[in-house]
Amino acid sequence: MTMVRISDDALALACGADDVAAAFAAAGCTVERVSSWGMHWLEPLAEIAGMGFGPLGPGDVAAVLAGTSTKAVGKIADHPFIARQQRFTFARAGKTRPLSLDDFAASGGWAGLTKARAIGPEATIAEVTASGLRGRGGAGFPAGIKWTTVARARGARKYIVCNADEGDSATFADRMVMEGDPFMLIEGMAIAGLAVGAGKGYVYIRSEYPHAIAKMQAAVEACAPIIAPFDVEIRVGAGAYVCGEETSLLNSLEGKRGEVRAKPPLPALEGLFGMPTVVNNVLTLAAVPWIMAQGGAAYAAVGFGRSKGTMPIQIAGNVKHGGLFEVGFGITLGELVNEIGGGTASGRPVRAVQVGGPLGAFHPPADFHLPFDYEAFAAADGLIGHAGLTVFDDSADMSKLARFAMAFCAAESCGKCTPCRIGSTRGVELIDRIRERSGRAADKVEALPQMHNARKGARSLDEEVTLLEDLCETMKFGSLCALGGFTPYPVLSALKHWPQDFGVGIPQADAAE
Amino acid sequence: MESLDDIIAAHAGREGPLLPILHDVQARFGEVSEHAIRAIANALNLTRAEVHGVVSFYHDFHEVADPRPVLKLCRSEACQARGVEALAAGLPDDGRVKVETIYCLGLCSVGPNAMAAGKVHARLDGAKLNALLESLA
Repeated sequence: MTMVRISDDALALACGADDVAAAFAAAGCTVERVSSWGMHWLEPLAEIAGMGFGPLGPGDVAAVLAGTSTKAVGKIADHPFIARQQRFTFARAGKTRPLSLDDFAASGGWAGLTKARAIGPEATIAEVTASGLRGRGGAGFPAGIKWTTVARARGARKYIVCNADEGDSATFADRMVMEGDPFMLIEGMAIAGLAVGAGKGYVYIRSEYPHAIAKMQAAVEACAPIIAPFDVEIRVGAGAYVCGEETSLLNSLEGKRGEVRAKPPLPALEGLFGMPTVVNNVLTLAAVPWIMAQGGAAYAAVGFGRSKGTMPIQIAGNVKHGGLFEVGFGITLGELVNEIGGGTASGRPVRAVQVGGPLGAFHPPADFHLPFDYEAFAAADGLIGHAGLTVFDDSADMSKLARFAMAFCAAESCGKCTPCRIGSTRGVELIDRIRERSGRAADKVEALPQMHNARKGARSLDEEVTLLEDLCETMKFGSLCALGGFTPYPVLSALKHWPQDFGVGIPQADAAE
Repeated sequence: MESLDDIIAAHAGREGPLLPILHDVQARFGEVSEHAIRAIANALNLTRAEVHGVVSFYHDFHEVADPRPVLKLCRSEACQARGVEALAAGLPDDGRVKVETIYCLGLCSVGPNAMAAGKVHARLDGAKLNALLESLA
């Protein structure tokens, strides 16, 4: 009987994997549902004896079984998209059944936890520190230092909180870990708990990920005896993007409005319910079992500069070959977009690539030489964030996207600090005026006779643009968290690289025609 | 059927029980009503204002139920890059299905995407989106 392996990841399901699986079953095959390889343009992808076929519909099944399918992609492991990767965190992707404890144990699962138990908390933290692992949620803070702080902090109890509120557009690596390899994440949390002396862990998953919630819930129940006395509980977000910010997430877990907290105190010292808390992203915790099993030095041997190890990069948007590409830091943006991503899906030239989600900068093709590295992107007025790439073709209107960045910030602001809450709304109005060249006359208050210093006339386009830059400066340095603080990145990068989209440099008379 | 009191009692022993309670109430009744807010506040020793503040903060909770089926359409950058705005502009406005905007389903390489009745749908075009709306209405 033919064994067919098809993913049951949310993306495969959304592309119709269930219908394809049913068609194979109806044709007499044994169907095994595994995690996704991450080659999203080929989903639903079927694997038969190592050979791949995709993207399939139910109607393609007969040809696949007859050996006449035009959708054969050859041996999956040798596919250039897979062969070029260095898969540490996603080593099991496409190969194991997500909720099978047998598959997990047979592929090196629990080796990291066993080692951590053998060498003890201090040596475990030393291993993570030696790996150079930095927080994968976006800030890039060294995980070893955070763990050390929590381990040394005094508290009646301590917590491990896994930030699985993956709200950034173009990011899906957290979802793929939770849906494809949930035990690995739980193992990482158990190691963290052992290292810092925490007995309880929470995974805060966004409500937009029902499949990840179901898989994680089932996984937690299945492996409870293995990770005991450590205990993991799944909590579900409620549609607030800002809860991906760590202090806002803690408030949400406590049952409060997801408002950001001022730092200090750091969550490492006063976190969940005021107790010392490790808050790490899914990818950070999921990298830990590999580091423990293979050694911190092996992880640190890969990478670029101060960015050690691998990064699961998510290639998305208008791109031909989108998906998950895990590789050591240092690969260039151009390689990712053109060679691996294959350029745009629409076949038109690439105009911009937004790196790091809604709060990341837009980069023009002139930036394609940039190596994927926290410091290199910071130097180019950008950020890596959660390593999501959104590719746009030349039909993109960059001033419209800048407006969207402000509108998104206005919609998702928690309201705690003024630069973000008010600044984002003023930013939308300002970009609208710039786009429409409508200008702005003096308002009622400004027109009052006693307002001697207020201007009475309309602002010129240049003055409006200066005002937008000024507003971005205020948001960047005055906001409490990254939502207000990083929204200026997409806005200012769009303005800097594509001023013509804002009408800058185009004579007023021409633009008004 | 679970009553409001059952839901509250089921979560009473947990740390930070408010969001799990609100999720269950929203799922069971389709809304978190004024009556429910008062009952939850009473049970958790919170003020009505505190619970109202939480309910109104999160997009997932609604104080008044909407009986219509819901389609959640992703309008974030990756789906914009793949043409969701043109789809959104062509949506029928007959109001039979409530179309909500959400930001990101994590299927960003195969957009435009939508979620309805717990199922996710990718690679939407005008025809697929209309068929999906018809199947819901």
